[in-house]
Amino acid sequence: LPGARSAVAGALVLDKPTSYADATSYNNFYEFGTDKSDPAERAHTLKTRPWTVSVEGECAKPGRYGIEDLLKLAPMEERIYRLRCVEGWSMVIPWVGYSLAELIKRAEPTGKAKFVEFTTLADRSQMPGLRSGVLDWPYVEALRMDEALHPLALLAFGMYGEVLPNQNGAPLRLVLPWKYGFKSAKSIVKIRFVEKQPVSSWERSAPQEYGFYSNVNPNVPHPRWSQATERRIGEDGLFAKKRATLMFNGYEAQVGQLYAGMDLKKHY
Amino acid sequence: MTRTLLHPLTKPALFLLCLLPLAGLVVGAATGQLGANPAEKLIRELGEWSLRLLCLTLAITPLRELTGLAALARLRRMLGVFSFAYASLHLLAYGWLDMGLALADIAADILKRPFILMGFTAWLLMLPLAATSFNRAIKALGAKRWQWLHKAVYAVAAVALMHFIWMRAGKNNFAEPAVYGVILATLLGWRVYRRATR
Repeated sequence: LPGARSAVAGALVLDKPTSYADATSYNNFYEFGTDKSDPAERAHTLKTRPWTVSVEGECAKPGRYGIEDLLKLAPMEERIYRLRCVEGWSMVIPWVGYSLAELIKRAEPTGKAKFVEFTTLADRSQMPGLRSGVLDWPYVEALRMDEALHPLALLAFGMYGEVLPNQNGAPLRLVLPWKYGFKSAKSIVKIRFVEKQPVSSWERSAPQEYGFYSNVNPNVPHPRWSQATERRIGEDGLFAKKRATLMFNGYEAQVGQLYAGMDLKKHY
Repeated sequence: MTRTLLHPLTKPALFLLCLLPLAGLVVGAATGQLGANPAEKLIRELGEWSLRLLCLTLAITPLRELTGLAALARLRRMLGVFSFAYASLHLLAYGWLDMGLALADIAADILKRPFILMGFTAWLLMLPLAATSFNRAIKALGAKRWQWLHKAVYAVAAVALMHFIWMRAGKNNFAEPAVYGVILATLLGWRVYRRATR
């Protein structure tokens, strides 16, 4: 899946990309199990064709999009983003896709559309992890409309120049580089425009630990661990000191104004 | 069987056997075979081997009584000391690989995170047992007091298991801690039962 180099500001970080082997074998995708090796071992059961995404809610042009239509909806771009997991590790991944805004604009959200909610596939026959009670399925994530329209918010269909591997959220997923990884919903089947702030799956499961925004922030520790540092997978050697985590994962110049005036300790 | 257990090479063989997991991890780390996050893998494997060896240590007495193989008791100390050794390496790996040997950060982390506090407590409880694991210490303490002190191993088992359960609580993934829980409950339950029916 080729993509032209993105012209969006901040879309091409200079950090060395993580190896394809690491990026496709160390994943959190609980629908396939909670061990990070589970998705690579089990996600082959995921069927990505046919695939439709329902766009609904507060918009003038709701509709159902087949994956083939989505692949042609806008030109594919390559974007090299830092990915910071809430658990304290990070990667650098060359994604292929286009800004989520491209799809949102076509749906023509109404004035009532203040938030966008993403629902991901929950099919027991394809996803063995659904048998566990770790979260309420299906997995739901959401963004404020201005966050969703930010050009860095990516709808990704590929990585490393190839079609997304199943374990990385095929056939399409979000990538929000300034937020902790879990905000970037995988294997999306529904996009819904809503007026009220949705409750995301992790918020529902542990509201004291995971907020709606979940922006990468080294100054606000997780209740159970510090977020000040991170280990870059494949790069920081066994005995290397962990590297400092950057505000908004290093995308403050691009996204900082979205949160101007907000108390980020309260809106974590 | 008793003859095998009493063979002069049995203990050295067990010693090497107990070193195998560590050797595997060292080779794995040196050759890059520990996956995408080798530090995490190393820390977790060391902890789990400590727990496995603790289960084996606690299994000796029930096995001895059930099989009548009194000579099994010869092996218990080595298993216990290796459980402590793996726990120490587990703690060292956490302090070094995860915390960069920053002692102030480690102290703060122990107090901040209950599951780390549990793990550290289990290791602290193991310390006096490891320190009194040689014959002279038994003599110096007297068998009675030594045995009383070493009952702390039951507390170690409980606290170590809590450490493991708490660690997995973030993902609600209790399958593995449950297996160890059942094993430890069986081993400790057997002792309670023996005491009640003796």
